[in-house]
Amino acid sequence: MSDRPVLIHLEHVSKSFGNSLVLDDLDLTICKNEFVTLLGPSGCGKTTTLRIIGGFERPDSGRVIFQGEDITGVPANKRPINTVFQKYALFPHMTVEENVAFGLRIRKKSREYIREKIDYALKLVNLEGFEKRMPKSLSGGQQQRVAIARAIVNEPEVLLLDEPLGALDLKLRQEMQYELIRMKNELGITFIYVTHDQEEALTMSDNVVVMNQGYIQQEGSPQKIYDEPENAFVADFIGDSNIIRSTMVRDRLVNILGIEFECVDTGFGENRPVDVVIRPEDIVLAPEREGALNGEVTDVIFKGVHYEMCIMTGDFEWIVHSTRRSEPGSGVSISVDPFDIQIMNIPESEDEEAVKLDI
Amino acid sequence: MRDRAVNFITRFYLLLIFLFLYSPIAVLMVLSFNDSRSRVVWGGFTLKWYERMFTSPHITDALVTTLALAFFASLLAVLIGFPASFGICMLRRSGRSVMMTLVNIPLLDADIVTGISMMLFFMRFMELSFSSVLIAHTVFCIPYVILALMPRVEAVDWTPYESALDLGATQPYAFLRMVMPQLYSGIISGFFMSLTMSMDDFAITYFTKGAGVNTLSTMIYGEIRKGIKPELYALSTVIFMAVLILLLAVNVATRKKGGETGEGRAY
Ligand SMILES: Nc1ncnc2c1ncn2[C@@H]1O[C@H](COP(=O)(O)OP(=O)(O)O)[C@@H](O)[C@H]1O
Ligand SMILES: [Mg+2]
Repeated sequence: MSDRPVLIHLEHVSKSFGNSLVLDDLDLTICKNEFVTLLGPSGCGKTTTLRIIGGFERPDSGRVIFQGEDITGVPANKRPINTVFQKYALFPHMTVEENVAFGLRIRKKSREYIREKIDYALKLVNLEGFEKRMPKSLSGGQQQRVAIARAIVNEPEVLLLDEPLGALDLKLRQEMQYELIRMKNELGITFIYVTHDQEEALTMSDNVVVMNQGYIQQEGSPQKIYDEPENAFVADFIGDSNIIRSTMVRDRLVNILGIEFECVDTGFGENRPVDVVIRPEDIVLAPEREGALNGEVTDVIFKGVHYEMCIMTGDFEWIVHSTRRSEPGSGVSISVDPFDIQIMNIPESEDEEAVKLDI
Repeated sequence: MRDRAVNFITRFYLLLIFLFLYSPIAVLMVLSFNDSRSRVVWGGFTLKWYERMFTSPHITDALVTTLALAFFASLLAVLIGFPASFGICMLRRSGRSVMMTLVNIPLLDADIVTGISMMLFFMRFMELSFSSVLIAHTVFCIPYVILALMPRVEAVDWTPYESALDLGATQPYAFLRMVMPQLYSGIISGFFMSLTMSMDDFAITYFTKGAGVNTLSTMIYGEIRKGIKPELYALSTVIFMAVLILLLAVNVATRKKGGETGEGRAY
């Protein structure tokens, strides 16, 4: 990520609507040709961030820097950025072709150029032969693809996509995810993608920005976000996880539910309270007394690839994924490899605490 | 048997209503073709009252004044009411209800109050003339335009507008292409409401017009004081027919556009 040149920089951007602070001192760097995903629960300010980048909202304070230039006050129509809106926002009184040609006509491109671009874009989104159709005669997925075609014919430097697959059914959504990655690679431009679906974010992105309540919680590659969540919100929002309030005894040793576990994290101090994240698939089950913590299976659900089991140890309930089934009521023991134990600081402010509770 | 009786009664009742509503107008129409000046004796068919009507300068003058007044007042009312509707829509809740009440007062107020107060106002600052009537008509038409437009402005879908901006359109162009089409029907209905109200008005015109300026309604009022002339029957018949045709035209037009506007509202 850092090997690419910086394209967009949001500098200390804040935005309120009425009394509610939607973005609070947001700082975000987006590099050229990156597929960046803003991920967070509904209402956390993703769309607002995107609209600030697109030029549809002005931040109350802070600046938007594009290729080193301050574009905070530049109107949307003067930015080399195109948007695929949450509601597709096709022009209902125009055919597919006219929709796609709209931006090119405004830029007074030649007839041949427009023709060529329309053909290229409709081919890219697999909608050849739909030129003369009206938007309302198309399915949701097709409308979405017209919206994408309409945006990319203008050869923007950046394409903003606001939950573009939100209204599609699962199968179509998965297909479109691959389509989008293909388009991104073919076009070689920067994609800024907004979603509340963590799976989508992890599948498609080079870089994921996890947001909550107007703050960036964590930024990094999908792998890093998944494996090394920095706080309980991220851990919980990205996939299932066991989050346990524990004590860091010293470097590389943590006390979880009264048992000392070796781990790989350092620098949290001695005898400090921390949050520990352990992913359900990282827990190793063994017969009773062979592992570190003994417990009892309370619930088993078959999930296709694995079994999801709930295991009580004392008064903590673990979620465990395993390919081997253990009967409810049977005794098992739990152990975890040191590098699968992820230590996180406990959120300091009340605010962040609240964040954790509302997920 | 009972059904038929009920049926007959409801039909008869309807007939009675129409009879009361339209028989005076029908009598008037018949009299406009009567060759005798008497209101009870049929003197044979003639078109001479129509001829006299169209050659009588004070009738044609009044007609032209009425039409010009209605047209320009409606036009001005639309030009003023259009931005006002946007302004009111953007107000917060409390400000908006205050504004809407202020807009509604002139509608509910007795015309005579509006007429006299405007007269007093105009007399202080300008001569009563065609312009004073025009201003008065514009003022009382604005609320109709706002009432017709407000719901449309409120329901505007701004996403196509933002898409157009996104694709490089300037704000005025995006507004014209993406927002205006959603408002045409509101503008047209506001304009026609204003036309009707302006042509219909007597009291406000009467108080704010200058000497020598006459609309049809004030002219007829003046004439009738001198005695009823059969030309006026002819004139009334023409007005009635004109209004009827206009009404039918508007009806047909809105019905034909019904499907389109229904979809138009979707964006
Ligand atoms: N134009 C607006 N006026 C008032 N409040 C708004 C407006 N746009 C967004 N908000 C509020 O800001 C918050 C964040 O909205 P948004 O950025 O759309 O979130 P997301 O896209 O992450 O769901 C929400 O609480 C929303 O109600
Ligand atoms: Mg959103």
